[in-house]
Amino acid sequence: MKVIELIESVRSKNAGPFWVTIDLFCGTEAAYATVSKQLRTEQVAKALGQDMNAVKRFDIADLRVVKFSVHRPVVQGHALDRDQHGAQWSMLVEALDLDE
Amino acid sequence: MKANVRVLVPSGVLGLGFDSEALARAVALKPDVICIDGGSTDSGPYSLGTSTTKYSRAVCVREWRQLMQARATLGVPLIIGSSGTCGSDDMVDWMLEITRQIARESDTSDSPLNITLLYSEQDRQAMQEQLAGQRIKALEPVLPIDAQLLESCSHIVALAGAEHLQAALNTGADIVIAGRTTDTAVVSALPLARGCHPGACWHAAKIAECGALCSTHPTSGVIVVDIDEEGFTIYPTADNAHCTPHSVSAHMLYENTDPFILYEPGGHLDVRGATYTALDETRVRVTGSRWVPTSPYTVKLEGARLGGYQTTLLALLRNAHYVANAKAWVSRLQDFLHGEISASLSLPSGSYGIDFRLIGVDATLGELETQTSAGHEVGVLVIVTAESQDMANEIGKLINPFLLHYPLTDDEALPTFAFPYSPAQTARGPLYEFCLNHVLELDDPMSAVRIQVVQA
Repeated sequence: MKVIELIESVRSKNAGPFWVTIDLFCGTEAAYATVSKQLRTEQVAKALGQDMNAVKRFDIADLRVVKFSVHRPVVQGHALDRDQHGAQWSMLVEALDLDE
Repeated sequence: MKANVRVLVPSGVLGLGFDSEALARAVALKPDVICIDGGSTDSGPYSLGTSTTKYSRAVCVREWRQLMQARATLGVPLIIGSSGTCGSDDMVDWMLEITRQIARESDTSDSPLNITLLYSEQDRQAMQEQLAGQRIKALEPVLPIDAQLLESCSHIVALAGAEHLQAALNTGADIVIAGRTTDTAVVSALPLARGCHPGACWHAAKIAECGALCSTHPTSGVIVVDIDEEGFTIYPTADNAHCTPHSVSAHMLYENTDPFILYEPGGHLDVRGATYTALDETRVRVTGSRWVPTSPYTVKLEGARLGGYQTTLLALLRNAHYVANAKAWVSRLQDFLHGEISASLSLPSGSYGIDFRLIGVDATLGELETQTSAGHEVGVLVIVTAESQDMANEIGKLINPFLLHYPLTDDEALPTFAFPYSPAQTARGPLYEFCLNHVLELDDPMSAVRIQVVQA
């Protein structure tokens, strides 16, 4: 099952020009429990083209949110930047398989 | 008497709009201060690089007029931080000019308005001296820094904190027009000065700084927050807008790498112990947030420098053969173009860039894209970056006929693609880059800013 089939929504956004942060709003407790347990940081790192150790992860039970923060591979506004606000990276995480 | 401050935040930023009825309702609640942001780095480095705003002046005038009228009705301070998107000195002066224009037009005040200007742009030479004195420290991710880099910045601003805004308010200001500040300091300054709970002041500020984004009706703009000695209560004033424990607590995640910690000049906010309680269907009460002072006092720096000049071209592939082979076509075309540029312009390959973005294939995510479904057409956006606009234009002209006609293989008929306008190339002007991710340590926090009092 893909992440987006289980949870409410995914949001991605710059956290300043040097970071992107991705919030997975799971909705139900059950969805949160599944995502928190089954979505591996390694999978997310791979999807984002990052080293696993470079991914900051927060599992926030109260909010039923799993959050990932990573350095932008190119700084916002650089000639090679494709998405100035980092808002499309959510697509990479929402498409990940939970039962991989 | 117990400290209790009511803050009105009309919108996440001046220029984005707000619900006028919701504003009127919030004004009727008699807030103690009206606070709004004028910008951030969110829109990219161009604003700071050029010291200009991204927002329409006419829209800012219309919104600022409404806020100045609200201020006149209430007789309380009106604060704008990060004026003109980037908060440079020029943009403080731009907001002053707008303010004076509105004051002249309205002519309703019988006494002159006291306007306090808070400038936070930094001198390049002074920053080089601070670097030599080891007072500039890198944040994560660490960017290289030296005197030459600081000299190359077109503008450097420091993010002023609550102390700086309090000093501006203490001049007896009716209106504070501030350069770059932290988004939160604009909201926290007055309640902190009046003795409200420091953790509550900063947490309330973080939640309220984007206006109604922390509510169920984000575009309505208007948010009111009541801060006291124990916590804060936050609520929107638009019809059908509500704050819920989830909408409020989730806002700590927004544009924040760490959902529990927020760094500010002079310390950090820690919300790990915060509790969020619904008072009714619209208001949420928050307690348990902590402010942790740190030393030395630091302000974050932002700097932008020129990264070249750009020219873009756009072509559209509709022929199925080329749509199916778009990547291979670009690869072959790129090789050919580098040869042509070397032969005709004598440019070494590292002195310019040609970036192809295949719209409909992987323009947004590049190598990270996992989808391979093909549409029936592909947009080819070509971005040329060179050391001068003339050179970027020259490369654009060199590319133009080949972007129109280049074949996939040598033994096929010359294709002609679609150009959506003439000429196909567009001069984009200068490209700027953010180049500082550092803080400046200060013995005297006030040394980072300049305060000036004027009248209108």
